[in-house]
Amino acid sequence: MSMDVAPRLDIDVLLDDPQTRIVVCCGSGGVGKTTTAAALGVRAAERGRKVVVLTIDPARRLAQSMGIDALDNIPRRVEGIGDGNGGELHAMMLDMKRTFDEFVEAHADPERARAILANPFYQSLSAGFAGTQEYMAMEKLGQLRARDEWDLIVVDTPPSRSALDFLDAPKRLGSFLDGKFIKVLMAPAKVGGKAGMKFLNVGVSMMTGTVSKVLGGQLMRDVQTFAAAMDTMFGGFRTRAEATYRLLQAPGTAFLVVAAPERDALREAAYFVERLAADQMPLAGLVLNRVHGSGAEQLSAERALAAAEILTLAGDPADPDDALANPTEGSDPAKNGAGTENLGDGGFVDPPSGNAQARNPSAADPDVSPTSADSSAERLAAGLLRLHAERMQVLGREQRTHDRFTALHPEVPVAQVAALPGDVHDLAGLRAIGERLAVPPERTKRAAG
Amino acid sequence: MSRLHVVSGKGGTGKTTVAAALALALAADGRRTLLVEVEGRQGIAQLFETEPLPYEERKIATAPGGGEVHALAIDPEFALLDYLHMFYKLGSAGRALKKLGAIDFATTIAPGLRDVLLTGKACEAVRRKGKDGRFVYDSVVMDAPPTGRITRFLNVNHEVAGLARTGPIHNQAQAVMRVLKSPQTAVHMVTLLEEMPVQETADGIAELRADGLPTGGVIINMVRPAILDHEALEVAANGQRTAVAQALSQAGLGGARRGGMAERLVDPLLEQAREHAERVELERVQRAELTGLGLPLHELELLTDGIDLAGLYRLAADLRKQWPT
Repeated sequence: MSMDVAPRLDIDVLLDDPQTRIVVCCGSGGVGKTTTAAALGVRAAERGRKVVVLTIDPARRLAQSMGIDALDNIPRRVEGIGDGNGGELHAMMLDMKRTFDEFVEAHADPERARAILANPFYQSLSAGFAGTQEYMAMEKLGQLRARDEWDLIVVDTPPSRSALDFLDAPKRLGSFLDGKFIKVLMAPAKVGGKAGMKFLNVGVSMMTGTVSKVLGGQLMRDVQTFAAAMDTMFGGFRTRAEATYRLLQAPGTAFLVVAAPERDALREAAYFVERLAADQMPLAGLVLNRVHGSGAEQLSAERALAAAEILTLAGDPADPDDALANPTEGSDPAKNGAGTENLGDGGFVDPPSGNAQARNPSAADPDVSPTSADSSAERLAAGLLRLHAERMQVLGREQRTHDRFTALHPEVPVAQVAALPGDVHDLAGLRAIGERLAVPPERTKRAAG
Repeated sequence: MSRLHVVSGKGGTGKTTVAAALALALAADGRRTLLVEVEGRQGIAQLFETEPLPYEERKIATAPGGGEVHALAIDPEFALLDYLHMFYKLGSAGRALKKLGAIDFATTIAPGLRDVLLTGKACEAVRRKGKDGRFVYDSVVMDAPPTGRITRFLNVNHEVAGLARTGPIHNQAQAVMRVLKSPQTAVHMVTLLEEMPVQETADGIAELRADGLPTGGVIINMVRPAILDHEALEVAANGQRTAVAQALSQAGLGGARRGGMAERLVDPLLEQAREHAERVELERVQRAELTGLGLPLHELELLTDGIDLAGLYRLAADLRKQWPT
């Protein structure tokens, strides 16, 4: 049982607070991060805020439902949300290449911008290798915030190897820019080839030779041209990355770690919580998606299985559906004896002679008149009980993994979201998720999938 | 017969577990496999309950029949130094490059190069031969990036070959692409019977096919048993409330009369059955979708207590039974 009870994360308080300007959803892949971000956007807009949701890689049908499957890197108004109370929902899907291109166009003079955009090395880099997404997501966030057209920005984060890679972006750029490598790369291009080399020390010229040897002459020239063209921009790039980093640390930002109640997802969630703390990023809480519940929690898995067994054994042995469930050693008196004992004081009969009439007299309702139609009801009841046992086992497992997280991070507020049977791909579904996010699940009302 | 098995799938589908089980399955009967991790999460070490893997091939498990599973967590930085050393004998120059920040540049700022190194290392292991002239590994299984990135990841060398149009990098990139596009390679997709992973699987396979990359099988992971058969679900739908209450009561779960414990259990249990029926129906549709892909389907059951080492061996045995030999 849980010793620590995590405080409840009140989503509505977070969304309604005008001080909340940015909500960042992070978490490992497959936990419903994008859906959570979209649902938060819908809910905030319907509560009167002017929201923009920045998604990275939404499932196609979800994107279609919000009208952002066009991929034009511009926030689009989502119709039918928040009408009447001043709320608005805008949504966009990140186009990495467009974002990078726009950045180049905004920060370099036209001639230089053309040179960069035409460079083959740039074209590969910008088109979306692992890692570029993180930089561009943060760049876009900075842009949206700078436009100040929305009072709340909800951001989804890329499904990267480490979903917090974007936090490292400024540092990585810094280590690159402060390193000598960029200078070495640019040296020949800057000072005009060999003539300039004498200003560099022997070690560096050897290095240029080495790099050139590894990369090949033509690629080396492309990289050099790229680096030289980007030179003036890198400063701006880094300033922006650092500004975004500080923006994330500011009080108007709230990080939500999204997870599912599974071991691996919660292990990653614990890592995110620690990483955010180390970077002094403001964590609002944990969103625990797809939590299962049951309307019959008073009935344990063990008891349900035992009852299912009784019903199966009581079934007609001639029925092929039940034959498997009957002990094949039914003729062994010793075993039958043991079986009867295990059933306690119910006075249950042994399986071979068992049929619809042979019942546990202490438990049976007196007005039950056994008929042949009962065997199908018994089979059904046994199936229902097995299903329930499975559900209770899932619940127990989820509770244990959740407890483990709470034991490590008792201070982190948690919002649990009851599982839906199917996937969410329309606004009604997002609204339902938003409702489940905000309203604490009474265990008896939880649905499941 | 493929020797490089690339295992991809949407996040959360159990890609790493399936890759590990496949490596174990392929190592049966005295064979030797290499399990390669490229995303640096040390998921393999956790699965095999060993300490974190260094950048070094080491034996981590024994398969039934005397086989061996070796594992390697590829670290991009070491892989780059390795690569420089192998092709250019750049021992000390490699270290100097590192000092200059060139390695940081190569492995993080220009992340495409990271993928070049990862795929290059895996292909090297596939082609490597021992002194006896035989392959060192019978198969190499790669725990690869997720579906959304897999085609780009595997095609990175094609891109590099275009960037570096001549020279050693060009040649190396071409050699890697030859392995990846040959029947020696098979890209497998791990999915769940849920809409989004199935959709991603279909999209991913279409992309692989468009780029001429060899597709392998689809592994449906965490398959849950259908506890109630179709007939029972029909009955549940028709709601035999009284009869079910009586049956529950007979099983010792309290009174069947209104307000009795058995009677009060009926509604929530039938509700769970309706949800189950809905899920079974959704799964049926998804399974049909997967069948339409025209690839071999494999199924692995859901291990309800999570994956431990014993569970991993069980999945490997299951997979082996279904795997074409």
